[in-house]
Amino acid sequence: MDATLLQRVGYAFVSLFVITNYGLLLIGSMARISAKVQGRVGQPVYQPYIDIIKSSAKRNSIGHGVMFYLGPVFRLAGGVGTYMFIPAVFGSALFMNFSDSGDLLLVMYFIFFGQLGMALGASEGGHPYSAIGVSRGLAQMTAFEVPFALSVIAVAVQYGTLDITAIVAAQQGGFMHWTLATNPLAVVAALIAFLGMSMHNPFSVVIAPQEIPIGPPTEYQSNLLGMLQTNRAIFNGAKLVLYMNLFFGGATNIVVMVIKTFLIYFINVFVGQAFPRLRVDQSIRFFLGVPTLIGIASVLIAAF
Amino acid sequence: MSDKKLKPAPLANEGLSPDERGLFCDAAPREYEPAKGVIEDFYNWARAESLWILGFGTGCGAIELRPLMTSRFDMYRYGIQARPTPRQSCVFVIGGYASVKTLKRIVRSYEQMMGPKFVVALGSCTINGGMYWDSYNTIKRIDQYIPVDVYITGCMPRPEALLAGFQELKKIIKAGKGEGQNIYARDFAWYKANQKQIIKNWDMPDYNW
Repeated sequence: MDATLLQRVGYAFVSLFVITNYGLLLIGSMARISAKVQGRVGQPVYQPYIDIIKSSAKRNSIGHGVMFYLGPVFRLAGGVGTYMFIPAVFGSALFMNFSDSGDLLLVMYFIFFGQLGMALGASEGGHPYSAIGVSRGLAQMTAFEVPFALSVIAVAVQYGTLDITAIVAAQQGGFMHWTLATNPLAVVAALIAFLGMSMHNPFSVVIAPQEIPIGPPTEYQSNLLGMLQTNRAIFNGAKLVLYMNLFFGGATNIVVMVIKTFLIYFINVFVGQAFPRLRVDQSIRFFLGVPTLIGIASVLIAAF
Repeated sequence: MSDKKLKPAPLANEGLSPDERGLFCDAAPREYEPAKGVIEDFYNWARAESLWILGFGTGCGAIELRPLMTSRFDMYRYGIQARPTPRQSCVFVIGGYASVKTLKRIVRSYEQMMGPKFVVALGSCTINGGMYWDSYNTIKRIDQYIPVDVYITGCMPRPEALLAGFQELKKIIKAGKGEGQNIYARDFAWYKANQKQIIKNWDMPDYNW
């Protein structure tokens, strides 16, 4: 823990490299699992890597002004920022990132910062479908924010702190100390919000391929698209690590981290393969209904 | 990727009314030099293994693309995916006969794609007109209007033939011969003259960025 600042920056780069590769492999393997469910062979696990190389190797690209270029930069900053303030492995100097500075509120801010930046950039593209995608995305985001924020409040009340490392430390000592066992309602509300956050099938109306071409990134191409694809891996990894830390007792080594985050992500695939896409008004009504009530109940349980 | 080549002269955009011309780009397409040696080989390998099809059916042959996505033929295992926007896709599948009306959309979509871009022409109609050879409103040879990399013959070609065509396209790309974008930029005047001969109501810029 007594590493110098330079060492810690080096560690952060290693940690970021690991989570990027893990995120890409996770996306690839989940696409393959979805393919098996549909009775297909599916794409190779390493397909996301090839896609990023290909996007970056495009020879020309077009721009729509400064904000258009800044959109993916903000998105990437949101993804990296989210990950940098969460301890990926509890008690490890290499994977603690900068979790001793900043707290849960900062991480929540970073989760939504990227989406807002992307909204500005995508609107600059001038494509009507980008604007539709952005408005749907922001509406849905506002809706799933409610159960997520309630469950975060429940966790903060329960442990009396907003420091993620302290929340993980309080959950050590076996399954019965996890938030999953001590306040299951908070976990349920947060996991339902997670389905919306990761924009998998029932809540995939933001991207909605083939309906509004591909939502906000319709105009993004070449290396800008490569940047968005990289961010998708980092951001997925960061959200999974955050959920693992808040609700599933964190991880004391990298193997436990991989197993737990894989299982959390698998919930997405499980639900996504079983339910078709909801319209945006349906998904907003859904999030503001039962999940919000569960979230309120979890806060009450934690408070009394 | 170098800028050594001189930039071509700006386009006239005569199809647009004078007050609209300022709203559109007048830059002509230019040729791009491939990267050197091993790097270009590596890029070409990535391009070949990640083919994103523009999901735009231009004729009856587009019906053959649907079975490719589902479990029976499953094109995803070859790294082929459908992409709904021309900005992000790199393979344009011309699905059979192209009517004059569709040709305008084909040209617009093709020009909006980022290079290197590849064209797969499907069915007899794209080669010599097929059963529409004497029709008043379809074109006969698609490669007079946009450069084509691979033809797949048949009326209709089966999905297996399409998969074989994509494997052929992969070989072409890996050999560094998929330079349709540069061919289009080099012979731009010829392609544009052919297009304007067919499309009478030319109310768009000469090159659609």
